[in-house]
Amino acid sequence: MTVADLTTLIEGSLLTPPAGEARDVSCGYTCDLLSWVMAHGKPGMAWITVQTHLNVIAVASLAEMSCIILPEGIQMEGPPLDKAGQEDIAVIASPLAAYEICARMAAAGIPA
Amino acid sequence: MSAPALQKTYQVQHRDFGTAGEASADIKRMLRQLGVQSDILRRVSVAAYEAELNLVIHSLGGQLSLEVDTHHIQLSTSDTGPGIADLEAAMRAGFSTADDEARGMGFGAGMGLPNMKRNADAFDIQSTLGQGTQIAMTFNLS
Ligand SMILES: Nc1ncnc2c1ncn2[C@@H]1O[C@H](COP(=O)(O)OP(=O)(O)OP(=O)(O)O)[C@@H](O)[C@H]1O
Ligand SMILES: [Mg+2]
Repeated sequence: MTVADLTTLIEGSLLTPPAGEARDVSCGYTCDLLSWVMAHGKPGMAWITVQTHLNVIAVASLAEMSCIILPEGIQMEGPPLDKAGQEDIAVIASPLAAYEICARMAAAGIPA
Repeated sequence: MSAPALQKTYQVQHRDFGTAGEASADIKRMLRQLGVQSDILRRVSVAAYEAELNLVIHSLGGQLSLEVDTHHIQLSTSDTGPGIADLEAAMRAGFSTADDEARGMGFGAGMGLPNMKRNADAFDIQSTLGQGTQIAMTFNLS
């Protein structure tokens, strides 16, 4: 599944440039504690988090993730969003809660 | 001993969340250019990031150094304090003294040092309260 398909699946909107839309999503993970995410991060991962500061992009980039998903209508703007664009990390804002996002991703066959 | 193929030192500032992670990103970029295989690259990146963020969050400032030779990658840190009172406790998963600001950003799970130890092939930490902390990590190439 691509980032574009995932965006549709979770009724989200892509906050970063459309270049990231074609990337494949390999797996999913959700956690707001960065060291846990560092321990579990994988290439292509879609990571659901409520954190929106600059270091979130550093974590996603080091792990070579495909995208960050912000649940519950949370937005990202300014330097973190610019950095995400530079690092080719797509950022998706979804109105759904993290649990619902996980449920839809799992049902669509995206592994943990 | 052969001369290191690559050596670089990064200064890391206390509480500079704006640039935190940049040294680790640079280390990853350079090692990838050197052709380091992806599994080792991933482990070094995780360890470098955790070490760098500990310098930002817990230390008064310090440095992160990378050294690469034919057989190993070495990551080391050295800071100017405040040191760790109980090293055994600090190494335990879940132990953290991170303050509210850091916790609010998602730091403070108490997983950074365990993550470093798990990812490195050799891990050593020394700390003197009131003076500072030094970490040395080795990753075997092949
Ligand atoms: N360079 C350092 N100087 C002083 N104290 C440190 C240093 N590095 C770690 N510590 C101490 O060791 C504790 C555990 O560190 P560790 O990296 O495992 O967890 P953390 O940084 O608190 O949380 P996390 O890494 O999960 O975000 C820290 O909370 C801090 O008390
Ligand atoms: Mg830490």
